[in-house]
Amino acid sequence: MATTTAPTSSQPAPAPQQARHRPDRNYRRKQRWGWLFVAPFALIFLTFLILPLVYAFRMSLFTSTLATGTKFVGADNYLKAFSDPIFLQGLGTVAKFALIMIPAQMLVALVAALVLDNLATWASKFSRLMIFIPYAVPVVIGALMWGFLYSPRFGPASSIFSIFGLAAPEFLAQDNIFGSLVNIVTWQWAGYYMIIIYAALRGIDPGIYEAAVLDGASDRQIALRIKVPMISSSLVMVVIFALIGTLQFFTEPQVLKGVAQGAIPVSYTPNMYAFTLAFSYSQFNYASAISFALGIVVFVFSFIFLFLTRKQSGLK
Amino acid sequence: MALVTDTLQRRDGRKGRGSASRNRARNGGPRIGSHIFLLILVIYFITPLWWLTVASTKDTAGLFGGSGGPLWFDDEFHFFSNLQGLFERQDGIYWRWLGNSFLYAISGGVGATILAVLAGYGFAKYNFRGRAAFFGILLGAVMVPLTALVIPTFVLLSSVGLVNTIWAVILPSLLSPFGVYLMRVFAQEAVPDELLDAARIDGAGEIRTFFQIALPLLRPAIVTVLLLSVVGTWNNFFLPLAVLSDPLLLPVTVGLNGWQALSNAGSGGEALWNLITTGAFISIIPLIIAFLSLQKYWQGGLSLGSLK
Repeated sequence: MATTTAPTSSQPAPAPQQARHRPDRNYRRKQRWGWLFVAPFALIFLTFLILPLVYAFRMSLFTSTLATGTKFVGADNYLKAFSDPIFLQGLGTVAKFALIMIPAQMLVALVAALVLDNLATWASKFSRLMIFIPYAVPVVIGALMWGFLYSPRFGPASSIFSIFGLAAPEFLAQDNIFGSLVNIVTWQWAGYYMIIIYAALRGIDPGIYEAAVLDGASDRQIALRIKVPMISSSLVMVVIFALIGTLQFFTEPQVLKGVAQGAIPVSYTPNMYAFTLAFSYSQFNYASAISFALGIVVFVFSFIFLFLTRKQSGLK
Repeated sequence: MALVTDTLQRRDGRKGRGSASRNRARNGGPRIGSHIFLLILVIYFITPLWWLTVASTKDTAGLFGGSGGPLWFDDEFHFFSNLQGLFERQDGIYWRWLGNSFLYAISGGVGATILAVLAGYGFAKYNFRGRAAFFGILLGAVMVPLTALVIPTFVLLSSVGLVNTIWAVILPSLLSPFGVYLMRVFAQEAVPDELLDAARIDGAGEIRTFFQIALPLLRPAIVTVLLLSVVGTWNNFFLPLAVLSDPLLLPVTVGLNGWQALSNAGSGGEALWNLITTGAFISIIPLIIAFLSLQKYWQGGLSLGSLK
């Protein structure tokens, strides 16, 4: 409980005018009911977010071996993590994914949303739903499906490419696996981001475009100069979602690992590495340090991004 | 595939002509271009699902080299024998997995939504001590990657003996800081203070005010948060993979992944491919139906978080 009660002392007494004008009873009632409404969530928040975080941090400060038992080592696990080539390589991999996958998804989602926003046909409504549908497919099933589609034994690639007289690329080979994973994630999430952006576009007052049309602006100019700036807070939110998701990349490579024999190592991403350390090697302390370090990296990057885009997102 | 493209093009043609005058009196050029662009996107996004639909009607031999190729039906129709296979394999464990997925998604999703509605309303409408601080921490928590919590959650749950029980999946799924955030943003706008005060003056207690005044106004946000948290739990893979080892407790995602690993290892598993595709096909139907039938709720709701 200490975590939530501690900061209260620094809070000024809320709404002083209200307390003056109304009976004190009302103020006390607000206090009590506010906490009552928030309490069930606060309990889960403490148990499954704050407690695991604190516990992971504590665990990461110890090592545990059969020979010596559990021993306090301070920041050793972190020094080890940030000089562990496997962890650093994993971080590099997800950073590379973030640099390529997020722009790819954003581009598909934004262009699709802008095109859909200009149309009001039955076909455009149908397309909107179809583009979104992959979001309703569990990530594991999506990855399994693409695993089949990529496979030279099951997939349609060889017959499609042979129409053009080409040999199908080996999607699951080591050189191509990166692109294959980018494609799976884009397929899975672009529709969801498109819907968010589309809903934001529908929220703009169309009267604004009329003035631009009178001034002779083209569709493209309206899209880039009016629409995109007006939905920048949605765009920032989508990028944050995508960034957090990409840095904790786990499910798709974990599922594809089995099909792509040898192309995806067990430590491909930091999360896969932590999972392997914990459940294959029982190194829970070091795995906690990796998890915690990854959490910090994600948090810091999201924070930096939010800071850099504070004007666009309207957050202070 | 061809069928879908055909109908699409026909619709394009009809609508394109019909509404040309209505829509900014533009010639057909850009609109045809837009529709072709959409057509390409639609083909890209539904081809895998089409493949899965077709694949669920094939036996293993058909999957490897059937008469119709990977994207069309074979001469033989094996969907029902695949279905039967799902009932026979390990005493129909697949249906147990599907049931588990439902149990986890619905209890986790409904639970998380109830907590989010209560907390979001509390944050929006009661100016209690510590509110700003708690909400600040909560906003920070939205950015904490939930997978970073899986390993410590596993260790904590195992220390209280909850690992390998349904609670190990359901309880952590109740956590949805983003849901609370959405609810607060929505409640602030949608529930006027004057209305609440009027109810109080009329003698309604806080609980009655919440249920009779606030709850009906919050409905669109409730559906959105419910869908988001049900989908989140239904999709979850890392958490159940870590905390469950009893095959009878697995959700369908982890179960099918296990079958795939088994088949790839080649331990007498070749025959499983048709069960994997049919199982995957059946498992995606419920959510697709849910999304298609609840369209009018989520389409606007998903943008809630970014509206100011």
